Amino acid sequence: MKREIPLIITFVAGCVFVIQYFIPHWPFNEFEQVFTDWFSIVQAFAIWLGALSLLKFSMLKIQRRQKDWYMSVIIIVGFAVMVAYGAYDGFVGMNANPAYSFRDPGTHFDWLYQNIYTPLTSTMFALLAFFVASASYRAFRARNFQATLLLIAGILVMIGRVPVGDLITQFLPESYRAANLADWIMNPLNATGQRAIMIGIALGTVSTSLRIILGIERSHLEG
Amino acid sequence: MKKIVPVIVLALLFAIALFNDSALELSPTWSWVVTILLGLAMVVVLILSMTGKMIERRIVFLFVGISLVLPFFMNFTMPLNVSPVVQTLYDALNKLPKGSKVLASFDYDPPSAPELQPMADAFVKWAFRNDIKVIIVGLWPQGPLQANLSVEAAMADPEIAAKNPKYGVDYVNLGFQTGNEFVIQGMGTSFRAKFPTDLYNTPYDSIPLMRGVENFSNIDFVMNLSSGYPGTVEWVQIAVDRFGVPVGAGNTAVQAPQVYPYVESGQLTGLLGGMSGAAEFEKATGEAGQANTFLLSQSFAHLVVVGFILIGNVALFIGQNRRRAPLV
Repeated sequence: MKREIPLIITFVAGCVFVIQYFIPHWPFNEFEQVFTDWFSIVQAFAIWLGALSLLKFSMLKIQRRQKDWYMSVIIIVGFAVMVAYGAYDGFVGMNANPAYSFRDPGTHFDWLYQNIYTPLTSTMFALLAFFVASASYRAFRARNFQATLLLIAGILVMIGRVPVGDLITQFLPESYRAANLADWIMNPLNATGQRAIMIGIALGTVSTSLRIILGIERSHLEG
Repeated sequence: MKKIVPVIVLALLFAIALFNDSALELSPTWSWVVTILLGLAMVVVLILSMTGKMIERRIVFLFVGISLVLPFFMNFTMPLNVSPVVQTLYDALNKLPKGSKVLASFDYDPPSAPELQPMADAFVKWAFRNDIKVIIVGLWPQGPLQANLSVEAAMADPEIAAKNPKYGVDYVNLGFQTGNEFVIQGMGTSFRAKFPTDLYNTPYDSIPLMRGVENFSNIDFVMNLSSGYPGTVEWVQIAVDRFGVPVGAGNTAVQAPQVYPYVESGQLTGLLGGMSGAAEFEKATGEAGQANTFLLSQSFAHLVVVGFILIGNVALFIGQNRRRAPLV
């Protein structure tokens, strides 16, 4: 039964979602609402599971003094501080008059979010610019025809996506300026390729979904 | 010590840029001089690379850092044309009569804020200025908090502050809901079921703006700001294709190419792609903001990266020719 029950749930939920897309009326719309709520609940638990798993992993790393274990200390302290201040602000705000939320501007939680979380995560993302530049200098080479095409397209889009591109190419006829060339690459060329990829992915998704709904593909039940 | 110098230079430049209040702004002439100096430094890198001496990556980082920071001190104006995809979105928004209800879905977090926050700021300001009602939701946990930042930025505008948009009447933040695309699907049947309270735990039925809003049929337009999954693709596939509500989007530059097919097919009503999309939207709406400033930095950084790509390739070809040349 450990395998049969998940298979039955998958089959029923999958069929309901497919049918209600084409027949959005009773009883399928009601079923859809129920399964959508289930999905939200399961996902909410998944967030908790993820957080607890991260804590467990970090604690084990500290306990075993694995490489960079002090990073795990920062994770746990950061986690605890955010949760503690969120709970504190929530409790105080609940009893205040007028009541306020822990996410309101001016709370400790909001201060931590604005001044620590936001700059740290933005910095991580911003580092990409530096590594992309370094990698481009060392590895983005016109070694063959395909790589040359990619290189030319990349340069044209990079230049055409910023106003300096039009400044540099302003002596050219309107349709040959950097911005228009970038638009041409992005629209007909990129859109066509993307569409082909999307159709391929959609067909793959449909076939895999059918295999899962019909119980042919069971790898998701393992582990 | 040698390795630390680029880090110290960059840190100093970023610190000065952060606290610079236009007092250190260079004149246009000096801006050109600094730009030419940067170009000459690139020429030095080219010569070094041609002689087979590939520069260290720290130097590349220094160039990128300088090219990002210097524009904050410069006094340049560059031509900026509003591209057709941005104009389409602006025209669609502009056609909305006063009092229209626009659902704004903030599906991003702080890492994408440099690109998406200027779009959000310009959109919220435009909506408040034009008496458009804004219903904020988020499929990403941090999205509604980013929306609050845009509302704060809009309220700092004297003209908008004078209009005094009221929470719950002119705009509302329904907060985050888990469930990814299933939230959108559920909203097609009932907003109330997916968002029983707003971000501040006010019951749905107690919010004046939400009275009469049952599902997408009561919404005039959806503005989606997204940096991944769940995001624009899901809004198009469910809100547009299934429920027929028009959706316009703002995406990060990385994500924009993936949604271009939806613009071409007419499923997506316009697209703001990356920083340039944000700057063009600011220009179209007349809400000058951060994107125009950041775009100059991005222009310089793009030029530097393109420069390094070309230098790397020139070095490769010269190296190949040397290897092929017969020994005398």
